Amino acid sequence: MTRPGFVLEVDDRTPPLLVHEGLGFRLEEFPQGTRVIYPPESLPTVPDVEGAIRESLENPVDSEPLRELMFPGMRLTIAFDDLSLPLPSMKAPDIRGRIIEQVLTIAAEKGVDDVEIVAALALHRRMTDAEMRHIVGERVFRSFAPSGKLYNHDAEDRANLEHMGQTEKGEDVEINKRAATSDLLVYVNVNLVAMDGGHKSVGIGLASYKSIKHHHNAKTMVHSRSFMDHKHSEMHSSAWRMGRLIGEHVKVFQIETTLDNEVFGKPYDTLLKREWEWSLRDQATVLGLRRGLAVAPQKMRHKMFHDLRSNYGLTGITAGAVEPVHELTVQRVHQQQRVKVEGQSDVMVMGVPFLGPYNVNSTMNPILAACMGLGYYFNSYLRQPVVREGGVAILYHPLDEGFNTLTHPSYVDFYEEVLADTTDPALIGPKFEEQFATDPWYVHLYRTSNAYHGVHPFYMWYWIAHALDHLGDVIWVGGNPRAAARMGFRSASTLRDALEMASSTVGPSPSITYLRNPPHLLADVR
Amino acid sequence: MLALEMYRSVAKTALGKVAGGRMPLLLTGAAAPLRMVTLEAPRVEHEGWARLRVSLSGICGSDLGMLSGRTSLYFQPLVSLPFVPGHEIVGELIDPCGDLEAGTRVVIDPVLTCAARGLEACEACARGETNRCSRITVGDISSGLQTGFCHDTGGGWSQQLSVHRSQLHVVPEGYSDEQALLAEPVACAVHTARRAAVKPGDRVLVSGAGAVGLLATLALRELTDAGEIVVVAKHAHQRELALQFGATEVVAPSETLRRIRRATSAFMIEPEMMAAPYLLGGVDVTVDAVGSKESLQTCLHATRAGGRVVLSGMPASADLSAAWFRELEVVGTYASSRGAGDFATALDLVGHDAMCRLAKTVAPYPLHRWREALDHAHSAGRLGTVKVAFDPRQTK
Repeated sequence: MTRPGFVLEVDDRTPPLLVHEGLGFRLEEFPQGTRVIYPPESLPTVPDVEGAIRESLENPVDSEPLRELMFPGMRLTIAFDDLSLPLPSMKAPDIRGRIIEQVLTIAAEKGVDDVEIVAALALHRRMTDAEMRHIVGERVFRSFAPSGKLYNHDAEDRANLEHMGQTEKGEDVEINKRAATSDLLVYVNVNLVAMDGGHKSVGIGLASYKSIKHHHNAKTMVHSRSFMDHKHSEMHSSAWRMGRLIGEHVKVFQIETTLDNEVFGKPYDTLLKREWEWSLRDQATVLGLRRGLAVAPQKMRHKMFHDLRSNYGLTGITAGAVEPVHELTVQRVHQQQRVKVEGQSDVMVMGVPFLGPYNVNSTMNPILAACMGLGYYFNSYLRQPVVREGGVAILYHPLDEGFNTLTHPSYVDFYEEVLADTTDPALIGPKFEEQFATDPWYVHLYRTSNAYHGVHPFYMWYWIAHALDHLGDVIWVGGNPRAAARMGFRSASTLRDALEMASSTVGPSPSITYLRNPPHLLADVR
Repeated sequence: MLALEMYRSVAKTALGKVAGGRMPLLLTGAAAPLRMVTLEAPRVEHEGWARLRVSLSGICGSDLGMLSGRTSLYFQPLVSLPFVPGHEIVGELIDPCGDLEAGTRVVIDPVLTCAARGLEACEACARGETNRCSRITVGDISSGLQTGFCHDTGGGWSQQLSVHRSQLHVVPEGYSDEQALLAEPVACAVHTARRAAVKPGDRVLVSGAGAVGLLATLALRELTDAGEIVVVAKHAHQRELALQFGATEVVAPSETLRRIRRATSAFMIEPEMMAAPYLLGGVDVTVDAVGSKESLQTCLHATRAGGRVVLSGMPASADLSAAWFRELEVVGTYASSRGAGDFATALDLVGHDAMCRLAKTVAPYPLHRWREALDHAHSAGRLGTVKVAFDPRQTK
C-alpha cells in the first residue's frame, strides 16, 4: 500500500533530516516546529510494460489507433524527449526506446518506409551517440543512426525549419520541417513533473529560437503560477496556443508516460526513505556515504553521483490526442507527487541536489543551481507558493562546481558579463539576450558540439524570475560567497546563521517549511 | 655625488634571470647588479651639454627588466657599463643650456640622438624620427640608447647628470614635479597611440594596466577616435584607473579572450596539447603593454585578421604563427619622436585630470633606500602604485 505524502512537524524526537547539497548531502537539525513536506511513496507500477504500451497504441484517447493512422508511402516522424528527462537517467531499457520499438513495429507492419526519429531537444545541447543510444536502445540506434534517420533536432538549421504561422496573439510558430511536413508525428514523452508534456512537447521541443522566445522571457515566466499547473501558467498558455496551431497542420499522436518516485538505485535508495524509519543498515549506509564523500575529491564525487541510474518504474502510459492525453497524465503525476499543505510559511528551505535537467553528464554551475532551487523547486506548487510573498528562501548548495565550457559555454559569459551588470531578469533580456542568442560562435557550438544554445542561461534566469519577484531574500547555506553575491544572493555557513540573516526580513521566529526532495513533490498549498 | 650604478656581473645577472621569478627578493638583494656609490658628477665637455640637478627620477619597467636579467642580450652593445640608470627625469639646470637659463625646470627626452652625439643627422634624425636614430653607439659620448644607459651622461638615479639641449623640454608653470616626471612615459604613450594607427570606431585591446598600459589607454582615448577600448588589468585599483583613463571595459587576464570573443562575435579555437586558445576574428588593434610572453600571445591571439599588434612593452618571445596566418601587422613602439611633437603633446596630456590624480600617487624614495624602492616597483601592481621614483633630494 502506497503511503501518501505528508507534512511532518519537527519536534524533539525528530532525528536530523537529510538535505541534499550538490555532490553530497548533510544531516540537518531543523528548529522545532519546522514543517517538513515529504512526497508520497511510489505508486504501484505497470506490471506488463510492453502490454501497456501496446494497449495505449491500440486504444488511444480521442484518436484512431496508431495502426490506422499509418499507410504505405507516408512520412512518419517520431520525436522524443531528450536526456533532460528523467532525472537521473533511467536504467536501460529506457521507456522511450521500448515505445519507439513498438511504434516502429507497427510502421513496418503497415508498410511505412519513410521514418525519421528526432530528439526534441529545443535549445538544449545535442546528445552524444552514447546518450542517444541509451534512450532509444541499441537496436533502434543501429538501424537508424548510421543512415542519418535518427538525429538531434537543430533549432538553428534554417533550411530545416518550417514557419507554420502565428497564433492569435502574434506568436511565431516555427518547428522542425521534417516533423511539420510529416503525415504523422508521433511524440514519445516522459512526464517526470507536471510541467512536462502536452503541447510543450512538440511546440517547444521541436521549435526554433524565433518561436521559443515568445514564451521563454521574464514577463511570461513571472506570470506563470505555477509551471506545474498549466492552466495557470502563462508559458503553458502560449505553448498551448502554438500547439493548437501546429495541430491544424500536422497530425500529432502524443504518447505520454508517467513514472514512480524511485529516483535512486542502490546504494543511494536509503536517501529516499524517511529518516526516522532508517534501519541500522540504512544509518550505516548514510554514515558510510557521508564519510566517503567527505574525503573523496570532487571529481570522484561527480562520477559517483553522475554514474547513478534511476530505478523509475512506469505508473501509466496514455496515447492519442495531445490535450486529453495530457489531462490524464497530469492526474497521474499529481497522484504521485501531490502533497496537501496548509498555508504558507515565512521561510522555505530546499536542498539542491547534484542533478537538474541541464547538467546531465555535466556540472551544476551556480546558474543551474539557482534555477534548480528557485526555478524548479520553488515553482513546484499548486495554488500558491510554499513561502509567503516577501518571505525567504534558504537553499543548500556549495555553488563551487564551476562551469563546463563544453556543455555550457555561454553560461560562463553570462555569469561574468551579464550578472556582473544586473541580476534583474526584466533588464537582462532587452539588453543582452539577442546578442547571446545570435552569437555565431554559440550557434556553431550548439549545432556542431554538445553545447547548450547561447540563449539558454537567460532562460535559466527567467525561470527564477517568479521567485525573485516573490521572495524578500535568498540565502545559500554552504554556498560560495562570491558566486552567491554575483547572483545577487547571500550565503551563510549554517542554517542557524541563515535564519539569523533571514530575521531581518521575516523576524526572529519565522515559520519554516522544508521541502524534502528528491523524490519529486508538488506542494498543494491551501 | 651619490648615485646608483649598474655594473657588469654575469653571476648576478644569471642568478636574477634563473631564480628571480621564484624568489623576487633576490632581484633587490643578492642578484641586483646595482650599487650605491659616490661618483664624480658626469660632465660632457661638448657644445649643447649642461649639468642637471635631479628632482625626481622614475623607475621604469625596462629598468627593472635590465636589473633582473630579463632584458634581451640584443641590447648589450647599446649600453656602456657601468652606468647610472634612470631615464624618466625631472630636474633643474645647473648651467645655462642654449636658450635655457640655469635654474630652468625641465624634463628630458632621454634618447641620445645624432644631435646629442655631435654628429650630422642620420636619415631617421633628419626626418624627425629621433627614436629611430642609427648612431646611438658612436659620436661624442659612449654607447647608450638613452640617458640612463650611457656611462658618460650619467642617469636620473643620482643627484646630477649631463643633458643635451636637444633632450630638454621646459616644464610648464603649475605642474608639480610628480606631474612632470610622468611626461616621458606619457610621450611614449603618445607615440604608441600614433603607431597604433587606430581608425575611427576601431576596437582596441590594451593588455596590461601598469603605467605603460594606463598611459597608452589615455593617449588612445584622447588622441584617436577609437571605439571600444578594452583593458586587461590584474588588480582592483588598476581596473578603476583604467576606467578613469578612458577604458570602455576592463577585464581580468584569464577572461580576456572570452570577453573579446563575445564582443566581436569571433570564433574561439582551442588547439590540442595545451596550446593557447585563439580567436578567428577579434579586435582591430591590440597593444601589448606588459612585454611578457603571455601578454604578447594574448594580443596576437585576440587580433582580427589584418589587424595590428603594437609592442609597447619590451617584448618577450612568443609563438608568431598568428602573425603569419592572420597577416597581422606587428609594429614596435619605442620612446617618442621629436619630429611628431610627442613630448609637446605629452606635456598637454599631463594636465589631464586623471594624470593629476595619478601624479599624487607617485611613491618617492631617497637613493639610499634603493632596495625598498625596487622592491616596491616590482610589486607596484599588487601594492596599488603606478609609479615609483627616486628623489635624490631626500635624505631619509
